Formats: sequence, structure tokens, C-alpha cells
Amino acid sequence: MNLLLQAETALSETGEWIANGFFYLIATVAVVAALKMVSTKNVVHAALYLLVVLSAVAATYVILGAEFAAATQVLVYLGAIMVLMLFGVMLTRAKLGNDEELDHDQRWIGSLVGVGMLAVMSYSLWEFYQGERLPSEQSPQRTQEVALEIFSTYIVAFEALSVLLLAALIGAIVVARKD
Amino acid sequence: MFLNQFLLFAAVLFSIGVYGVLTRRNGVLVLMSIELILNAVNINLIAFAAYNQDLSGQVFALFIIAVAAAEVGVGLAIVLLIYRNRRSIDITEQNALRG
Repeated sequence: MNLLLQAETALSETGEWIANGFFYLIATVAVVAALKMVSTKNVVHAALYLLVVLSAVAATYVILGAEFAAATQVLVYLGAIMVLMLFGVMLTRAKLGNDEELDHDQRWIGSLVGVGMLAVMSYSLWEFYQGERLPSEQSPQRTQEVALEIFSTYIVAFEALSVLLLAALIGAIVVARKD
Repeated sequence: MFLNQFLLFAAVLFSIGVYGVLTRRNGVLVLMSIELILNAVNINLIAFAAYNQDLSGQVFALFIIAVAAAEVGVGLAIVLLIYRNRRSIDITEQNALRG
């Protein structure tokens, strides 16, 4: 019995090591792709780097046990929003090659704000959540439970969101149509 | 796994997104950076859902994804309209409302 318990602890520790390794791999890829996205001179390349970041975020959701959110991320972001973005790039006839004028001249103000925000946020997060661990025996959050939660506790918000989506759809058509 | 590793990852993505919004001149690229910011927020929500073993965070992340889809639709429509009227989506040139 004792031996079995020991084996189980060892297994869960190995599992955590694997999950951690994958997390750091994914996080590195995502951060590098995000940096390339905001610094590349080619609009289409920026869209493709955004694709990498979004898939990495979906993988992070899987590590956190949120299967349904990961699937939704792939369907909505990688499927729909990226196609919309690429259409936007094409319809506005952005240069398809390199474009030297994609950035402001005062790039350093932007980097100052970005680095400042990062410093403040990481300091406060580090102070407040230092050493907090996720529960070790995590169960994935099942799609069924998510659906029950949406359609019981958050039903009003869900209906409001449906109306918002309809309004956004009609608004987008009205704004973008040629008359 | 520590909670902080997810929160710091989200903070890095958020700051990169803010940098992109502030420095890009192309309207479509600004919209892409906004997507990056929304994704960073979603990572936070889902990390806290796993931390508290509570589904509310995940539900709100799904709502944010839906709102982001609506935002991109309307945003791109506006960018297209600006392009059609002014032949340019350089947001530093859009100063028609300046008094």
C-alpha cells in the first residue's frame, strides 16, 4: 500500500515536470513570436506570427485543463478572426513586401510604456502570489460542467452576448457596405 | 505548477500588446495587437479558474472570446471604411476630427 502511494506521488511529480517543461517551451515560443509580431516590417508576416501566438495560448489552456476554451480558441481565433484579419490586410491593399513605415518615429515611448507596465505588473504579481501553487490533483474542467454553468448561472449574460453579437454583425455590414 | 508562471506569461504578452498598439501605424496591425492583449487577459482568467477549481473564470474567458470576435468585425469594418474614404489606413494621418 505504502509502496503504491509512493509510486503514485513519483508519477504525479514526473507529470508536473513534463507539464512544466511543455509550459516553458510554449511560453518561449509565444513570447518570441509576439515580439516578432510587433516588430516585423511585413503585414502578412505579422498576421502569421499572431497565428503562432494564438495557438500557443490554446496550448496553455490545455495545460490548465480547460479543454473547451482551447477548442473555442482554435475555432474562433485561429479559424475565424485570422481569416478576417488577412482579409483586412488584403482589402486595404497593404504592401505585400517589406514596408519601412509601419512604426511611428517615437518607438521609444511605446517601449518605455511597455517595459514600465511589465515591471509594475510583475513586481505586484511576484509580491502577491509568490509560492502559490495550482492544486496538485487537478481534474480537467469538463465541457458538460462548463455548459451547465453557462446555461444556469450566466444565462442572462449569455443572452446579452447573443444580442451584442447580432448588433455587431448588423453594424459591421451597415458600416462596410458600398452604397 | 506555480500560479505565477501563468500570470507572468500573461503579463509579458499584455505588455508586448500595449507596445504594439502604441507604436504601429497600420490600423490592421493595431487591431492584431489588441487581440494579443485580450488573449493575455484570457490566460489570467483560465489560470485563476484552475487555481480556485471554479468554472466561472472559464465561462468569462469564453465570453471574452465572443466579444473579441464582435470587436474585430466592427473594427475591421471601420478600418475598411476609413481606407475607402481616405485611401490610407495610417492612423497618424487620421486627424479630420482635430479642432
